[in-house]
Amino acid sequence: MSREPEADATGRTLTEAQFKKRSRRSLLTGLAGIAATGFGLRWIDNRPLDARAPDVLRAGHETNEAIWRRLFRDGSRAPEFAFSESSMMRVNGRHGLDDEIDVDTWEMSIVGVDGELLGTHTLADLRDLPQQELIVEHKCVEGWSHVVAWGGVSMADFMTRFYPDQVEAHGFVDITTPDSEYRVGLEMDAIMHAQTLLALDLQREPLDAEHGAPVRLATPLKYGIKQIKRIGTIAFSDVQPEGDYWGSRGYDWYAAL
Amino acid sequence: MSGERIAIEKHRRGNRWMHWINFPLLAVMIYSGMRIYWADLRDPYVFGIFGWEIFTFWPGWVNDGLNLERKLARGMAYHFTFGWLFLINGLAFAVYLIRTGGWRNFMPSIGDLKNIPGVLLHDIGRRDEAPPQGKYNIVQQLTYAAVLFMGLLAIISGFAIYKPTQLALLTGLMGGYESARTIHWLVTVGFLGFFLIHILQVARSGFGNFWSMVTGYEYLPETDMGHDKTDGGSGPDTGGDAGTDTDKEVLV
Repeated sequence: MSREPEADATGRTLTEAQFKKRSRRSLLTGLAGIAATGFGLRWIDNRPLDARAPDVLRAGHETNEAIWRRLFRDGSRAPEFAFSESSMMRVNGRHGLDDEIDVDTWEMSIVGVDGELLGTHTLADLRDLPQQELIVEHKCVEGWSHVVAWGGVSMADFMTRFYPDQVEAHGFVDITTPDSEYRVGLEMDAIMHAQTLLALDLQREPLDAEHGAPVRLATPLKYGIKQIKRIGTIAFSDVQPEGDYWGSRGYDWYAAL
Repeated sequence: MSGERIAIEKHRRGNRWMHWINFPLLAVMIYSGMRIYWADLRDPYVFGIFGWEIFTFWPGWVNDGLNLERKLARGMAYHFTFGWLFLINGLAFAVYLIRTGGWRNFMPSIGDLKNIPGVLLHDIGRRDEAPPQGKYNIVQQLTYAAVLFMGLLAIISGFAIYKPTQLALLTGLMGGYESARTIHWLVTVGFLGFFLIHILQVARSGFGNFWSMVTGYEYLPETDMGHDKTDGGSGPDTGGDAGTDTDKEVLV
């Protein structure tokens, strides 16, 4: 068997004594590395929990959030599809939907940073605004995706029309179901993106109760866990809102796509 | 300290460190990825032929045995944190290979493709003589080059899944979100398959070869200790001129 010289050969050689010494040192280094890896992973798993994630992994989420919020491009768009490519989506998550809902008496409250009521909007009010269709891939943290046709009011249009000063002044919104059980926090970049809707329709029919009637959030900038169903209140906030449902249960608060 | 030179550097320090750092990083990535994958068992990837389901990923005993169930949040947390470490180590390795010229060891040459059957027959013990080779034989070169490419593909398809709206162009390049997921998953299965064959081949090649990946050095073939190869019947390692040339090259 012939051997050509190796492309990165150094030609360094050792005597037997040197090789034995080196073997001992390498063995110790290797064992130390194995121990460090084992203890390191165990250490991470046993760290104190921060919103139900080990604090170092929570720091990982927050670092990722800082990176991607800095890299955020408002001009980016999720691909859109033809209506024929879309179909009815499964129901996945009923938090905050326990009570009966009467869509005719339902009102969405908009609340300022001091808890003051800024305005209310009925379903009929929202139906009177310009409607937009958005056919995008809905993505779940679980891994599945589904092309669906949302219809409703552009969130950016809604905010610009009714609450332009609030949008200017505050960086976040805190959205809750009427019973306050389900809750999501969102940064204003996501709210004001062109593909974020106050969705009233799914597959060109009014939302049914389990998909979030009368109004839910729909945006391809976020996983489904952020696209809250049956919106009761939208509150402006200067700080990242606490109490995000899945964000306080071990998931990434940002959950952005 | 004087004495006969009996061992020569085979794997440079950088190669060894990044190889061994990559192992636990990739293990964490695959394990946390499997925890994420578990969350969507309504629509599993299935290996089958002509509609026969041969193997569903993963069978229940794998999910049970590896504690994959109901660990989605933890899986995502590990995956998106350690992904950066995997990326950094991979980039560092790429830079290192380019700077040392070591990448050439992995480059298959067209002329060597004819040796593939010879290498495979030698590997399964059906032929005594291995075809001539450099640091790695043609099958090793193709495999290692493929693994390096898979690392790149894992990272690209990973980002395509991670930020399909912000990085919509990249996701489009991968054929869309579902296609990127399939690619990401196939690469993972490819890594697992490589791992099994890699372990098997390293075990067959003898302790000296394995230990050289730890110490960096292996015994020179002409020393007595050099004959620790276990592939019996392959004849003397140094057949005449080639061995002498190697000596000149490395000992000058």
